[in-house]
Parts: sequence; structure tokens; C-alpha cells
Amino acid sequence: MSILIDQKTQVLVQGITGRDGSFHTNTMLKDGTSIVAGVTPKRGGQTVEGVPVYNSIQDAQKDHRVDASVIYVPAPFAAKAIQEAADASVPLIICITEGIPVLDMITMYRYTQERNVRLIGPNCPGLISPGKCKIGIMPAHIHKPGHVGVISRSGTLTYEVVYNLSQNNIGQSTCVGIGGDPIIGTNFIDALALFEKDADTHAVVLIGEIGGEAEEQAAEFIQKTMTKPVVSFISGRTAPPGKRMGHAGAIISGSSGTPEGKIASLNAAGVPVADRPSEIPALIQKALG
Amino acid sequence: MKLQEYQAKELFAEVGIPTATQYVAESVDEAVAAAQKIGKQVVVKAQVLVGGRGKAGGVKLASSPEEVREKATAILGMDIKGLTVEKLLITEAAEIEHEYYAGLIVDRTSKKVVLMITREGGVDIEELAETDPEKIHKIPFSLEDGLSDALVADVYKDVFQDEVLVKEGKDIVNKLVELFRKSDSSLLEINPLARVNGHLMALDAKMVIDDNAQYRQPEIVKYKNLEEYAKGEEDARENGLSFVSMDGNIGCIVNGAGLAMATMDIIKYYGGEPANFLDVGGSSNPDKVVNAIRIILDNPKVDAILLNIFGGITRCDDIARGLLVALERYTVSVPLVVRLVGTNQTEGRALLEEQGMKVESTLDDAVQAVIRERENR
Repeated sequence: MSILIDQKTQVLVQGITGRDGSFHTNTMLKDGTSIVAGVTPKRGGQTVEGVPVYNSIQDAQKDHRVDASVIYVPAPFAAKAIQEAADASVPLIICITEGIPVLDMITMYRYTQERNVRLIGPNCPGLISPGKCKIGIMPAHIHKPGHVGVISRSGTLTYEVVYNLSQNNIGQSTCVGIGGDPIIGTNFIDALALFEKDADTHAVVLIGEIGGEAEEQAAEFIQKTMTKPVVSFISGRTAPPGKRMGHAGAIISGSSGTPEGKIASLNAAGVPVADRPSEIPALIQKALG
Repeated sequence: MKLQEYQAKELFAEVGIPTATQYVAESVDEAVAAAQKIGKQVVVKAQVLVGGRGKAGGVKLASSPEEVREKATAILGMDIKGLTVEKLLITEAAEIEHEYYAGLIVDRTSKKVVLMITREGGVDIEELAETDPEKIHKIPFSLEDGLSDALVADVYKDVFQDEVLVKEGKDIVNKLVELFRKSDSSLLEINPLARVNGHLMALDAKMVIDDNAQYRQPEIVKYKNLEEYAKGEEDARENGLSFVSMDGNIGCIVNGAGLAMATMDIIKYYGGEPANFLDVGGSSNPDKVVNAIRIILDNPKVDAILLNIFGGITRCDDIARGLLVALERYTVSVPLVVRLVGTNQTEGRALLEEQGMKVESTLDDAVQAVIRERENR
């Protein structure tokens, strides 16, 4: 088992003919993902890596069942791409694109909610259930099938944590990058709830960072609802206040969003917080006895 | 991207939010000339991108040309929270009868825009938010739907009380919402929203534009204030990098914001001091590494460099190629430690190892190596 995606998931790639879209279509195929179609407007009829390209998702759906769509479209067009996937009732939409204006995302969040489809991201690495399915941009070879769920606001930092887990022979059920923007479709709590229900996940790693209150809210949820152990790492302890640290969401404003506040909330909920990613495997081993 | 008060007020005037007549002065003589045009008592206000200007002595009343000269001389060049005052706003002084507050902000939790409005505006608003947060009305709403009467009628009555002011307040807030949307703001504040001669007007303004929307806001990007960015930050942004200057001496080049922050944290953990946050971003254009090396070497404090790449969408071989170009183009005379893992790591490591470079595998090893090599340099 795993959450959200497995070997049966059929994937469509939006922006498949672009540099990133075609490169990652190739790696996702190599990693065993079932990619049934791609979409780029006006490029219907071509193929990319043997995958048929359509002008629209609706066209693709005439020939294929689409369980998930992954978006590699440039930022100015990404909101439109999310809208198209939601209009086509694709149940799981993963938006990799970075740099989408926040007001577009407010509109798209509501749009996907109203159509009852799940959005992951934007500005995220996607998700992977190792050995079963990968939708996104992460290097699959650092992963290993197993029983630890990983949720993260960051991309490469997630790889760092996963690399440490796998090196220590701790496999993962599913790793979900929820994205580094202020407005994202799926938050920590949504992903924690899915892992809590997944019989194959025995513990969860939550990778947070400065800015916002998502980690504090997750801590409250963990305390109230989670029976499985959770361990954490928070990046940005050295970040100066008031500066945007790369991610649009990573900014300490006033007394809100500080690493101290997040670590204190997590500790109070019984979640140990590692000082370095390399300490996480030991924390997991300890939590699982 | 932050706007100065005078810039935000120019945008207020465009959408019809009442403001006082204003002039911008970059010298004492310009300030005096502006005050003479206004011909009444004026306020001389420092234009810097931080709050608390009044409390720092950057806002003064002046009644005569001599007084304007005296205040302008004192404020120009003044240091407010590390920023030097280079511009003054000269505006007609207003007899303030009451100070309200109105602001709009993007709220991550409700995933909506939130209107914040209170009867008790003024310089102590942040204190009020801490001590009596319930006195500030917070109304999440959708920009498509706007602020319906059902949402705000009672709120306006509570804040403004008087019927004329309720009408004016509603009109100003609606115009503020319009400006928020068309300018891609992430924060927009009027404090104080003042009652002057029985009518409302904006006496101060704070405006932050969403950086992600700069591509579609060419008119607002013209307002960009370079003093918002430390040396290197704007250069980095124009080259698709995100860079924040720090006080230390170990220059960092990392891919991904989370890992870039964690890299700084771990340098600190092992007793080092990061010189900067630098994220080369999620795409693997080799030029980005070349520019990153150039910007890092521009900082004279840097005496060691750590390149930490965990490839995903970024490919290790592109990074390695970029690094080799940079090393040909620039003289790197400080220790350089490279860590490369992830997508195309074999190709990337091979490119560097062919040139006799050592490539680290773990973050802990790489950080310890750069600290050690810096000490032994």
C-alpha cells in the first residue's frame, strides 16, 4: 500500500513537449510510471518518448483513463493548466511549476476545491511511492520501498532526508512534496491524515521550514489525531527575519513563522525535531522501537 | 517587492483613494520648494522601506521654509534601521480627528485575501494586534466575489459609526481591493486611514507586491527600489537566482530553497558562518552556476565556498559543466568544496573528477570539509 498513487495509477503530462516536461517524462517512464498521454496545445498527434500528445486533456480522455495529471507548464500559463485539469475532473493534479502568482493560486485553490479534485503543489517535487509510481521530478534511485511516509514543503531537502533514510535501510511508503508556496493545494494535515489511514505506513517524517503556521497546525493535528509516530526537521534556523528565502512561503514576519515556535509546537506534540537531516534515521528507528 | 509610501499613494490616487497633495524631494532645496508650493504647514517624511519611521524621528512637522530646511537636513541621510534616507515625501499637514486602520493581506490558512480593519489605527497597531487582537476585524473573502454587504455592513458600522464615514470607508476599502487585485499585491495597508475635516483620507501607505507576479506588472516594476536589496540580491534575481546576504564567510551555492536553508543551518551547527543563502533554482541552466560563482566572489568576506547540489529537476552534469566554465572564467583562490548527488550524478562527478576535483557525497562531510579547508587555507 501507499497513499494517493500506486502501480495502477495512469498519468497524463501537461507541458510534455517542453524541456522539463519531456526530460521528466523520460525519467518517469524509466522509473516505471504508467504515462498514458501528454498534452501541449497545438501539438496534438506528436509523440514524446513514445507517449501520444494531445491538444487538450479532454481529447486525451477519449482514449485513456487519466488518474493523475502532472504540470510542467511555465508559470504564466500554469494556472490555466490547473484549471483545465480540474475542468476535466482529473482526481489528482500535481503542479511542479515554480513562480505562479499567489492571487492565481488563491483562485485555483478554490476552483479545485469546488470541483472536488486534489491539487498537490505548486512549486513542489511531486510524489513517489517507491517501486510503484513516481509523478514529479525527484531522483527515484535514492528511494527504497518501505514503511515511512515523508511530507515536505521543500524539494531537494526531501531528497536529502530520503537519501539518509535509504542509506540506513529505512524504506518509504510514499513521499509527498506539498510545495514551498504560501498557497498550496494539499497541506501537512491532509497528508498526515492519509498516512494515518494507510496500513503500510508505520511512521512519518515531516519536513518543514520557516514561514507561515503550517507546522504549528500540523503539531496540533498530530497531538489530537495521529497514533503513528512522527519525527521532524525544520530548515531556516539561520534565516534573517523579513527576507524571502527562495520559497515565496519561507519568510519570517514579526513573531510568526519562526523556527523556534515551530520546533516548540512540534516538541509539545511529542514530535522529536532533528538538528540535521542525518539524525532522522536514528529518530525513526527509536520511534519504531 | 516593497513600495515606498509615495509610490503606493500615487497608485491610491489612480484608483481614487483620497490622499493629501504630495511632492518627492531628494535634496533640502527640493524639499523647501515643495513646501512653498503647498503653502501651508507640511509634514516631512523619510521614504525608507521599513516601519517605525515616526518613532525613529523620520517624520516631522514644519511650519516655515526655515523649519522645512532644518527638518529636511536632519532627516535626509538619516539611518533608520540600517537604511539611509535618500528621499523625502513633502505633504500637506492634516488636522487628524481620528485614526482608523484598513489593510488587505494574503492569508495562507484560509487561502483567501483577508480584510483587516479597526477603529483603533495609528502607530500602535502592531501592539494592538498583540494585546487586543479581537479589536481588529478580520474578514476572509474571495477577490472574485468581492466584499458583499452581508460580510461587511456590520463591520463598517462598528468601525466608522457615522453614516457618512461608513459610506466613505466602504468606498475606500472597495477601491483598495481593486488596487490589490490589479497590482498583484500580497499586502496593502492604510495606516492611518484618518478622519480630517469630517472625511476619510489615506495618510500613510504600505504596499508589498508578489514577486512571482513581476512578469505581468511592468508598470509597478518601474517603481522597484534597489535599496530593498543588499549587494548582489538584485543581480542574482535578474539572473534567475535567489540570493540573501548574510554576515558570515562561507559562500553557499545550493539548489532548492529548503536545502539551501538547511545547508546554512548545518554550517552553523558545525561552528561555521554562512555568507549567504543562494538557490540556483529548479532548472539546470549551466549559466546559473557561472553567475552564482561570480556573485559569491564579489563578496570580499567570502573565504571558502560550498557547492551543494542534490539533483532532481537540476542535473548534476549541467551543474558540473557550469562550474567548469566558471572556474575558467573567474579566479577562485579560496577553498571550494563540491557535493553532488541525484539526477545524472555519475556524469557530473566524472566531469569534475577528470579535472582532479574531489566530490563529496554527504552533506555532513561536505560542510565539515569546507570548514576544515577554510581554517587550513
